[in-house]
Amino acid sequence: MPEEIGLNHYLLLGALLFVCGAVCMASKRNAIGVLMGVELVLNGATVNFVAFAHFNPAFVIEGQVFALFVIVMAAAEAAIALAIVLNFYNNHLTVDVDTAEELKG
Amino acid sequence: MSFQVFLFYLLAGLTGLCAISVVVTQNIVRAAAWLLFTLAGVSGILFFLGANFVGATQLLVYVGGTLVLVVFGVMLTAQGPFITMKTGAAEWAVSTLVGLLLYGVLATAILTRTKTNDFATGPATQQGGELTRSTVLGESLLGIEQATPKANVTGVPAEKRKDLPSKGERSPVGYLLPFEIVSVHLLVVLIGAAYLARTKRRRQAEGGQPAPRVEGS
Amino acid sequence: MSPTLAGFLAAFIAGFVLITFMLVSAIFAVWLERKVAARIQDRLGPTRVGGKFGWLQTLADGLKLLFKEDLVPRDADQVLFRIGPYIALAGSFLAFIVLPFGNGVVPVDLNIAVFFMLAVMSTEIFGVILGGYGSGSKWAVFGAMREAAQIVSYEVPMAICVLVPVIVAGTMSLSAFGHQQNGMFWNWFVFHDPFTFAAFWTYFTCATASCKRAPFDLAEAESELVAGFHTEYSGFRWLIFFMAEYGSMVAVSGIAILLFLGGWHTGLLPRPWAGDLSETFLGTFVGNVLNVLVFVMKCYLLVFVMMWVRWTLPRLRIDQVMMTCLKYFLPISCFLLLGVSLWQAALAPWWFKYPMALGCVGLFVAMVVKIVLTPSTLPVAGLSGMWNAPAPNYGLLPSPLPGKRE
Repeated sequence: MPEEIGLNHYLLLGALLFVCGAVCMASKRNAIGVLMGVELVLNGATVNFVAFAHFNPAFVIEGQVFALFVIVMAAAEAAIALAIVLNFYNNHLTVDVDTAEELKG
Repeated sequence: MSFQVFLFYLLAGLTGLCAISVVVTQNIVRAAAWLLFTLAGVSGILFFLGANFVGATQLLVYVGGTLVLVVFGVMLTAQGPFITMKTGAAEWAVSTLVGLLLYGVLATAILTRTKTNDFATGPATQQGGELTRSTVLGESLLGIEQATPKANVTGVPAEKRKDLPSKGERSPVGYLLPFEIVSVHLLVVLIGAAYLARTKRRRQAEGGQPAPRVEGS
Repeated sequence: MSPTLAGFLAAFIAGFVLITFMLVSAIFAVWLERKVAARIQDRLGPTRVGGKFGWLQTLADGLKLLFKEDLVPRDADQVLFRIGPYIALAGSFLAFIVLPFGNGVVPVDLNIAVFFMLAVMSTEIFGVILGGYGSGSKWAVFGAMREAAQIVSYEVPMAICVLVPVIVAGTMSLSAFGHQQNGMFWNWFVFHDPFTFAAFWTYFTCATASCKRAPFDLAEAESELVAGFHTEYSGFRWLIFFMAEYGSMVAVSGIAILLFLGGWHTGLLPRPWAGDLSETFLGTFVGNVLNVLVFVMKCYLLVFVMMWVRWTLPRLRIDQVMMTCLKYFLPISCFLLLGVSLWQAALAPWWFKYPMALGCVGLFVAMVVKIVLTPSTLPVAGLSGMWNAPAPNYGLLPSPLPGKRE
């Protein structure tokens, strides 16, 4: 295990993944692109959890168990989100989120 | 520069670069490919941190399950004009600005983090690197008390919590309940997703109702 | 030597040995496939290049593929077409990192080795998907989607069948699996209880499907979709795809051997005196060399069985493939998991493996003896029964059969 790579390095990487996911969610027009942003955000959180678990021996198990739950929950949420996107595509023949404005105003 | 430091920068650089590529690329299938590399890079980081089980689960569930699902969704819906959907320049500018600001805030919070005195010092390997073995993970899920080290997570010293009985009488809790909740949750999600994405019968075009497009799931 | 350089060299040597093993086994497997196919089809196979048995045929084929023109279709996605094969190869190669070939002969002795192998081999799907989509042709996309659906579906019963011996052994570490099956062959987990026995056959079938081998190779068979996801790949890139396929065949055979068939142990040395070859008088090095040889031979035996099945059974349709997985293998593997949990928790008679092992081996030996001792009848030069009737003479031409003139 590296002695010169500290907790801050991993936290900065987690923050980078989080920000990329947030920008992806904000800027993609394809609904599945937005879903990819959600995946990136969750991965950033996972990296943070496991990094804290590694550098603090008091909650090694807690960090990893929570990371496991995050991964499983992300899979479940991606399945439902894709089912919704497929339904949207069936009804509108497009996945452009800019056209999803029937409930607007 | 030692080998581990070089490896870390390689892995982290790959992950970060591919994450940025997911955002930047306009082609949705290429975004899925860069997302694959990002997730594999995160799995590598998890292995690097010694969390072998979580890293393997990340590969199996995220890459081999979730991402395949996403790519199938892309293939089913990305026909022709929907593969490349361009975002406007103004939206790009605002998104990039917001992203940079958010990263600045997070980086400042990270770099000015004060070290608390409650944490035990030193990396995990000095105090039993065996804690990352899958046996211990399983034992913690089953609630065997010795496997879950006591963490002073809330900041309140353990003696002050009057609502709980003393240590000898308290039964081990473990993580069994959240594990079971997650399992039932997954079952519900499976049923729900299968119902939502089922093949729908084509409605006859009568009374001005347009027939919805039949899509085989 | 600085620790950096030492670490880097250690990793490089381990990777070099593994990739050499993978490539040499791919070369050997291609030759073996052609010979097995030929013999099953009553012909000889390659006999010209490299002596009477055509040893160097694959080398010649590889050289030819290296010199082929590097075609990238105009409508192909330039980036995805190029990286597809390498993702498949990476997924297949990473599985060898935790596969123990002998007593301690493993690059990384992970505690969760079998889980890691399953996880890493599930990333091979993306080579198929990206290669198929990146080719820009509809046959490739169809083949890739069918292939991906098949592989992903078959991973579920495969993982459940892998869990069955994990419950018996109590560990996911493949080295520990090997150590627990030392001694005589009745210690092998395949004979441990009827559920593990059934799990072995189910695992092997699901692994064959997961490697896209026949009879589950609809998505890449020539008569179906030209060549599925690798239609547009030629030359070196096709070679990479095929190395990945043969590599994953060897990897799943390795898992089957370690989980069920005793790993690197011969199964003929009794436990108290000589459980493991490397702990006998032969010493660690020579014993481990023999262990590795036994393991590799068992691997190739299972690969040979996969090839034998490929050239014997007809292909399944894609809906039959998915139905087999979802309606048959998944309930069967869940039942086996339940059964082995009950066996381990409550019902286990400790003596069960002896009659099971001796019964199975006795049955196998009896089968072999019967096949060997049955007198073989050479085919008669001529037809039998109704086909022997003379052709009717219509009075216009002389009858073709001699001595049958009207």
